[in-house]
Amino acid sequence: MIAAFITIACVLATMLAPWIAPFNPFDPTQISLWDGKLPPSWIEGGQAQYILGTDNQGRDMLSTILYGGRLSIIVGIAAVCLGMALGVILGVISGYFGGAVDAIIMRIADIQLTIPGILLAILINGIGRTLLPLEMREDFAIYVVIFAIGLTDWPQFARVTRGATLVESQKEYVQAARVIGLPRWLIIVRHILPNVMRPVLVIATIGLALAIISEATLSFLGQGIPPTTPSLGTLIRVGNEYLFSGLWWITLFPAAALVVLVFAVNLLGDWMRDALNPKLR
Amino acid sequence: MATENTLLDVANLSIQFPTRRGIIDAARDININLQPGEVLGLVGESGAGKSTIGNAIVNLLEKPGRISNGSIKFQGQELRELDDDAMRKVRGDRIGMIFQDPQTSLNPLLRIGEQLTETIKKSLAVSDKEAHERALDLLVAVGITQPEARLKAYPHQFSGGMRQRVVIALALAGEPELIIADEPTTALDVSIQAQILDLIKDLCKTRNLGVIIVTHDIGVIANIADRVAVMYRGAIVETGPVNQILNSPQHPYTTSLIAAVPPTDRKLHRFNSVDYIDGSDSSNEAKRIDVSTHWLGEQNDLKSPDGVAVSVNNLKLSFVLQNAIFKRNRKTLQAVDDVSFSIADGETFGLVGESGSGKSTVARLIVGLHKPQSGQIRVMGNEVELHKQDEKSLAARRALQMIFQDPYSSLNGRLKVLDIVAEPIRFFKMASSEKQTRSIVQDLLDHVGLGAAAAMRYPHEFSGGQRQRISIARALASRPRILICDEPTSALDVSIQAQILNLLKDLQEELGLTMLFISHDLPVVRQMCDKVAVMRSGAICEIAETETLFESPQHEYTKHLLELMPKM
Amino acid sequence: MLSHILRRIAQSILVMAAVSLISFSLFNFVGDPVNNMVGQEATREDRVRIRQELGLDDPIFTQYTRFLGNAIQGDFGLSYRIKRPVSLLIKERLPATLELVFVSAVIALVVGIGAGVYTGIKRNGWLSKSILSTSLVGVSLPTFIIGIGLIYLFAVTLRWLPSSGRAGVVEIGWWKTSFLTVDGWRSIILPAITLSLFQLTMILRLVRAEMLEVMQADYIKFARARGLSERSINFVHALKNTLVPVITIIGLNIGGLIAFSVITETVFQWPGTGLMFIQAVDFADVPIMAAYLCFVALVFVLVNLVVDLLYVVIDPRIRMGGR
Repeated sequence: MIAAFITIACVLATMLAPWIAPFNPFDPTQISLWDGKLPPSWIEGGQAQYILGTDNQGRDMLSTILYGGRLSIIVGIAAVCLGMALGVILGVISGYFGGAVDAIIMRIADIQLTIPGILLAILINGIGRTLLPLEMREDFAIYVVIFAIGLTDWPQFARVTRGATLVESQKEYVQAARVIGLPRWLIIVRHILPNVMRPVLVIATIGLALAIISEATLSFLGQGIPPTTPSLGTLIRVGNEYLFSGLWWITLFPAAALVVLVFAVNLLGDWMRDALNPKLR
Repeated sequence: MATENTLLDVANLSIQFPTRRGIIDAARDININLQPGEVLGLVGESGAGKSTIGNAIVNLLEKPGRISNGSIKFQGQELRELDDDAMRKVRGDRIGMIFQDPQTSLNPLLRIGEQLTETIKKSLAVSDKEAHERALDLLVAVGITQPEARLKAYPHQFSGGMRQRVVIALALAGEPELIIADEPTTALDVSIQAQILDLIKDLCKTRNLGVIIVTHDIGVIANIADRVAVMYRGAIVETGPVNQILNSPQHPYTTSLIAAVPPTDRKLHRFNSVDYIDGSDSSNEAKRIDVSTHWLGEQNDLKSPDGVAVSVNNLKLSFVLQNAIFKRNRKTLQAVDDVSFSIADGETFGLVGESGSGKSTVARLIVGLHKPQSGQIRVMGNEVELHKQDEKSLAARRALQMIFQDPYSSLNGRLKVLDIVAEPIRFFKMASSEKQTRSIVQDLLDHVGLGAAAAMRYPHEFSGGQRQRISIARALASRPRILICDEPTSALDVSIQAQILNLLKDLQEELGLTMLFISHDLPVVRQMCDKVAVMRSGAICEIAETETLFESPQHEYTKHLLELMPKM
Repeated sequence: MLSHILRRIAQSILVMAAVSLISFSLFNFVGDPVNNMVGQEATREDRVRIRQELGLDDPIFTQYTRFLGNAIQGDFGLSYRIKRPVSLLIKERLPATLELVFVSAVIALVVGIGAGVYTGIKRNGWLSKSILSTSLVGVSLPTFIIGIGLIYLFAVTLRWLPSSGRAGVVEIGWWKTSFLTVDGWRSIILPAITLSLFQLTMILRLVRAEMLEVMQADYIKFARARGLSERSINFVHALKNTLVPVITIIGLNIGGLIAFSVITETVFQWPGTGLMFIQAVDFADVPIMAAYLCFVALVFVLVNLVVDLLYVVIDPRIRMGGR
C-alpha cells in the first residue's frame, strides 16, 4: 500500500514535471549563469526560488530532478517493455514448441547470460553510438539506451516465460483445449499467455528497477543520456565533479531521488509478488 | 474406558485456527484412547481434521493452530504440560510419526545410514558402533534386504515402497511405544500398499505398539484397524470396533460414507444414499433437461457403420528416457506395446493397471495428444490421425472428448465457467448465436448438477467435485459420441466419487455414449464397466467381460491384482 | 557423472566460441580498422597495403579462424589508441581487478550467507527484520551511488580513507599486489565494499528465501517428528539443502562482480581492466573491447564449471547419474 502510494506519487510528480516544476531547465531564457552553483534555500547564500539550489549552469535543481526522473522512468519502462515483448514471445515459442527452436533460443539466452547485463548494455550502447553519424548521436542517444537495455533484458523474461509455459502446457486444461481441437496459436493466446503473465509481471517490476539503475549507470559512465537533456544518472555524473569542492547538493539530491525511485519500484515489486502469489492469499 | 494400561488418552480435545476471517474449529471435543498393541483407524474425508489431531498429539500443529481445550495423556502423563525440550524427548523416543509421501519425507542429501544413526543416537545413549548395529537391525525388521549396502545409499536410490520402509525404520529408531501414521500408503501402488500395511500391522503386534492410522481410505481401515473413529467436519461422529462400523454403522454420515465405497464383490446399478456430504451441493435438486428434445440430444442416434465406436490396432509408442547421441546408449521406455482392442457402440470399456502401466498413454494416443509410432486408430469406422490438425480429423474430434484426472489443473483459472464450457461450441460453430450458446451452456451446467448460475463464476470458486462436473459439461458441449475418462475420480473423496460416477452413468444412459474408462481402482471399474482390459508394462494381459474377469480371472497378473484388492 | 561434466565442458566451449564470434564481429561492425590504424592522412596505396597485411581481404571464415588462433594464444593485436599489445595492457591491469573482485567476493559470501542463514532461522527476531529492511534498501542502491556515498562520507567528510586510486602497491614478479601494505588495504577497502554490497544483499535474500522454502519441506517436518534438535535440523538438514540452489546463483553473482567492477573502478579511478574497458568504449578501441569481452566470458565460464563440480560434490542425485 505504502509502496503503491510512494510509487504513484513519484511517477505523478515526474510525469507532471512540465506543469509542476518551478522552472523549465531546457528554456535558456529562464536560466542565468549568474545563479549557478547556488546552495539550497535553507543554507546561507541560497535563494528562496531555488529550493534545492542550482547546478553549475544555473539550472534549478528541483526542476532538473523532476525532468530527469521523468526521463529515467520513460527510458526504464520503454526498455522493460522491449525486453519483455521480446522475451515473452521467444519464451512462449521456446516452451510450447520445444525441440530445435527451443534449443536454439535457449542457447542464445544462455550465451548472452554469460556476459553480465550491464557490460552488454555498455557494449551494445557503445556500438550503437558508433554506428550513428556524429551529428545524430545526441538526439538518438535515448533510443540507443532503450535499445541497449531492452536487448540485454530479454533472456530473463524468456527463461521465466519458457519455464512457466512448460509447466502450464503440461496442465490438463491445455490438453483439454488440444482435445477440443483448437489450433496452436489459439491455445497459446487464449490459454497459455494469460497464465504465464503472472510471474512475468513480477519479473517486470524487478526488471524496471534494474532498467532504471542500468540507465542511470550508463549515463553516469558518460555512455548514456547527454547533459543537454539530463536524466538522473547524467545529473549525478555532472555533480560528481563538484563533490570535492563542497557543492554536495548538485550530486546528492539527484542521487537521493534515484534511490527513492528505485526503492519505490522495488517495494511495488515485493508487494506485487505477494499479491499475485496464490499461496499467500 | 481408560484403564491403568491405557497408552494414549485424548479427552475433550479442541483445536482452533485463528484466521483473518475468524476462528476455524479444526477439531471439536475429540475423545480417543488407545491400548498397547492396538491399531486405531482415524477415518474421514479431506478437511475433516483428522491429520490435525495427529499433529496436535506431538505438538507439531502448523501455525497459527493451537489447542484450545482438552487433555492429551500419554502413559498417564499430560503432554500439554511439557515444555519444548521435554516434548522433543517424547517425539521419536516415545511417539513415532510416519507421513504420507515417502518421496519427500527423507532428506535427499544424506545417506540412509546417517539419518538412521543420527536419530538412534538422539534417542538412545549408545556408541557409534552400537547405533550402526541397531540401524542394521531396523532395516532387517522393516524387510529391507542387504542392509549393510543399503545404509550407504541415498534416498533417491530406493523405490517408493522401499523409502516408506525406511521412513518406518526411522520412526521406530527411538523405540517408541506409539506410532502415528498419517496416510502412510496413499502415495503408493496397490501392491506396495498391501505390503506396507502388513508390515505396520506386524510391527504393532510383535512390538506391542499402539498405532493410530489416519486415512481417508475405508479399504485401509478394513485391512488393518482394530477399532475405528469416524470424523466429520472436525468432530468424531462414531467410534467402535472395525466390524461394527463397517457392517452396522450407527451415524447417518458413516452409513453414507460406507455406501459410497464401491463394493468389490458385486455390481451395483447406482450408489444409493450418498448425499449426506457436501450439503451445499444441490446436485439432486438441480433441474435436469429433457435430452430427447434438447440441443444436446440432437445427434443421439448417430451410430458407427459396423457397430464399433473405437478400435485400436497394434498401437506402439516408446519414450526416450535418457537421450544420447548414439542410438544404443539411449534408454527408452516402451510405454505402449502392441495394444489392440475395440469398443462397441454404447459400451463402457475399462482399462486398469498400476501406475506406469501405460493406460493413460493409450487414452492420450487415441485423442491425439501423443503420436503413435505405429498402429491404427479408428473412430466411428474411420481411420484417424488426431495428432494432425487437419480438417478431416475435426469431425472425429467432435465425436471424441476427454475428462481428465485432476480437477484443479484441468480448468483454465483465467476463464469464466461460461467461456470454458462454451469453447467447443464456439470453436465448432455449433450454435447459431451467442445467445443460444449461453443458453446451451446454462442448460449443460444444470444438467450436470451445478446450476445455471455457475456460468458467471470462476473455477477457483468451486470444490473438486464441482470442478469435475464443469469438466464433464465441457466434454459434453461438443455433443460427443465417445467419452474418454482418465481416472476421473481418483483425486476425489469417496462420497464425491460416488456422486460423479452416478452422474456419468446417467449421462451414458440418456445419451447413449460410448466410454473408455481408465482407472487403477478395481472396485470402481467393476461398478462402471461392461468390459475390462488389464494392462501391465505397456501391454494388455487380459481382456474379458467385467463379471467374468472378476469371477474367474485367467492371467496370473489379474489374479494377483484381484488378491490385493482390499476386502471389506 | 563423467558424462555430466563432459557435457558441461562442451557447453562451455560452445559459449566461448559464440563469444569469440561476437568479439570478432566487433572488428567488422565498429568502424574501419584501417582508418583506426593509420589515421586520416594515409595514402590510398598505404591503405591497400595495410589491408593486405592485416588479411582483411581474406574470406571471413579464414579471418575468424586466424582471430581465434591468435585469441587462444592471448594475442588480440594492438590497441588502436595506445598502440601497444592488448595482452600486455590486460596483464598490467589484471591484478588490480582480480584483487578487488576477490576481496569483494569474500565479503559478499561471508556476510551474505551468514546473515541469510541467521535471518532464515530467526525469522521473527528484531535483528532479522532490520537486516531484511536494510537489504531492500541495498538492492535499490545503484553501485555508483554507494561509491559516491562512501567517498563523500569516509574520504571527503571524515577524511579517514583515500577517495580514489590504488596506493601501496608491492611488486611480486609481474603481479602488483596491494595486500602487503597498510596503504594498499586502505585504498582497496572502499571500492571492495562498494562492489560487494549489491551482491551481498542479493545473496542474503536468496539464502533466506531458500532457507524458508526448505524449512517447509516434509523431511524437515519428519526430522522434527523424530525429535531431532533444532541445531541439527537447521545446520545438518536444512543448510545443506539450501546450498544446492544457492550455489548456482552465487556463481552468476561472482561473474556479476566482474561486470560491476567496471562501475566501481570508474568511481574510484581504480586502475583495473574495467576502467580500461570503459575508456576503450569511449574511443571505440575495438581490440581492447574484444579482448575484455572474451576475458569476462572466460571467467564466467570457469566459475560456472567450478559451480557444476561443487554441485556434483554436494548432491548425490547428480553424482549417481540420473538428473
